[in-house]
Amino acid sequence: MTTLAELNAAKDAALAKMTKTGGGQEITRVVVGLATCGIAAGATPVLKAFEEAAQAAELSNVRVLQTGCIGMCQFEPIAEITAPGQPKVTYVNMTAEKVKEVVEKHLKGGSVIEEYTVGAVTD
Amino acid sequence: MAVKPLTDTEFYKKQTRLALRNCGVIDPESIEEYFAVDGYQALAKALTQLTPEQVIQIMKDSGLRGRGGGGFPTGLKWSFTAANTADQKYVVCNADEGDPGAFMDRSVLEGDPHAIVEAMAICGYATGAAVGYIYVRAEYPIAVKRLEIAIAAAKARGLLGKNIFGSGFDFELHIRLGAGAFVCGEETALMTSIEGNRGEPRPRPPYPAVKGLFGKPTTENNVETFANVPQIILRGAEPFAAMGTEKSKGSKVFALGGNIKNTGLVEIPMGTKLREVIEEIGGGIPNGHTFKAVQTGGPSGGCIPAAYMDIEIDYDNLSAIGCMIGSGGMIVMDDSKCMVDIARFFLDFTVDESCGKCSPCRIGTKRMLEILDKIIAGNGTLEDVDKLEELAYHIKENSLCGLGQTAPNPVLATLRFFRDEYIAHVTEHRCPAGVCKAMLTYKIDPEKCIGCTLCARVCPTGAINGTVKQPHVIDPEKCIKCGACETACKKVHAVYRA
Ligand SMILES: Cc1cc2nc3c(=O)[nH]c(=O)nc-3n(C[C@H](O)[C@H](O)[C@H](O)COP(=O)(O)O)c2cc1C
Repeated sequence: MTTLAELNAAKDAALAKMTKTGGGQEITRVVVGLATCGIAAGATPVLKAFEEAAQAAELSNVRVLQTGCIGMCQFEPIAEITAPGQPKVTYVNMTAEKVKEVVEKHLKGGSVIEEYTVGAVTD
Repeated sequence: MAVKPLTDTEFYKKQTRLALRNCGVIDPESIEEYFAVDGYQALAKALTQLTPEQVIQIMKDSGLRGRGGGGFPTGLKWSFTAANTADQKYVVCNADEGDPGAFMDRSVLEGDPHAIVEAMAICGYATGAAVGYIYVRAEYPIAVKRLEIAIAAAKARGLLGKNIFGSGFDFELHIRLGAGAFVCGEETALMTSIEGNRGEPRPRPPYPAVKGLFGKPTTENNVETFANVPQIILRGAEPFAAMGTEKSKGSKVFALGGNIKNTGLVEIPMGTKLREVIEEIGGGIPNGHTFKAVQTGGPSGGCIPAAYMDIEIDYDNLSAIGCMIGSGGMIVMDDSKCMVDIARFFLDFTVDESCGKCSPCRIGTKRMLEILDKIIAGNGTLEDVDKLEELAYHIKENSLCGLGQTAPNPVLATLRFFRDEYIAHVTEHRCPAGVCKAMLTYKIDPEKCIGCTLCARVCPTGAINGTVKQPHVIDPEKCIKCGACETACKKVHAVYRA
């Protein structure tokens, strides 16, 4: 990469890859907070559960990723889901068990499980 | 159906994420995701459109000050290194983060490592350095791993290495692991450690900008300082300078912890009131307790008492009351904490971490700790309090490096705001918060005791006597004041501290 044009091309390509699959489907992004704090609270099995469940359910439009610290220590593990055209949903105190439910209801069924979201544990 | 977004929670509402903008948003191990959020655009802009002098001018205009504790203006620091000519110069990132309870820098490194790589390259260009070192503590393995991935990816794309963006500018980056000595966070000790020597400070001047790493002009900045750089270069100085107070611009990340409902990573505009942080973002003090003080600046800092709840947090307001922003640890303490005990905690830390090179710090802090121990044991006198204070000023003035120069701060700050607690310890031999064991006795209220025997069963020394359904009694001779009985009696509250 030696020019600004190349960098801009890389940016456009990255943005496209983040929003659409190779087949042109819009992507639903699932990120799990995998900083030291999240990992200590058990985020690794949560990430794995999302990956496995998404694969098992053949959700080709779902992209599961790790991310850094989302910031609320006492609610780790935290996972956030952004579906196309929808506001981001923040799930807190996640476990591999809850992931199964979230995959079923939210990723497949399109309905948010409100009781697992940050709104349910804060005022 | 309205699902509350994270950004609408009390915890997030008042936050502004600049340094943390990509933390918890992108995949830190993917350079592509960093590209998607304008990654390396600032470096491209600097190298292809700006002269080094212009980069430094933007940094000066932004008003960014060092986030590692000192608060030194970053642009000015860069200009000092730039002004010196040498065959080799260096950029160093201080990722040692040694303050107990602090995890801001770790979060940036783990969540947005490319921002540091990009910022260090920009700094290299501005100051004329072709080599950078990141000094990160070995206790941060995930941060190290993600930095390694980021450096390798940047190299593979030609964003590190020779002739970056065809500008003729070369920059390479290395990681050095620290073994976790607090003093190695001090800039001269850090450089001594990178050089392969025992991590001990050296006298300043000469400052690193003149004679730093391997004797060459060096710019040393904190992780969070660097994390702010790419956006300032990309968007210009104005948006950053528009935020904050007159002399403290932008935002600051704090690691909020202690006796507070919401713990976590908090980034607030400079000038935010302490009250907003404690009551709104932090959600207040849990368990029916009240706010007593907040400790900032770790072992080099001080405490802010309740009377200053409305202080606007910035460098100058905090130093005006003998406190400091420090690197960003913010430990909230409720009314159950003894401030003498807190001061002892931090001093114990510095005594442990003193490198031993200079005697005011090596011996002086130890003597201070002994006096505190005497006070806590109930044997202190008013003269001891005076001696403690006098010694504190001597150590501040005569120590070689920042560690010793700031080590007495927790004692001085608590003496300033909570002198009455020290006085109660030495004149009445009483710990007002009921923490210092030597001065308290556990008792059982015979009116309240229902004779459930729970306390007697948990007592490790068999100090509690009594028969079932009869009030129990604690034998002060045998009691070791562990508090197990008080915990066991949490339903009846018959055990109390006197
Ligand atoms: C005992 C001691 C420990 C320090 N630890 C750190 C640290 O862990 N991280 C850090 O960035 N700065 C630390 N500093 C401050 C550095 O010496 C230096 O001022 C700072 O890294 C400069 O960067 P800045 O201008 O970007 O803040 C420490 C200073 C002292 C005296």
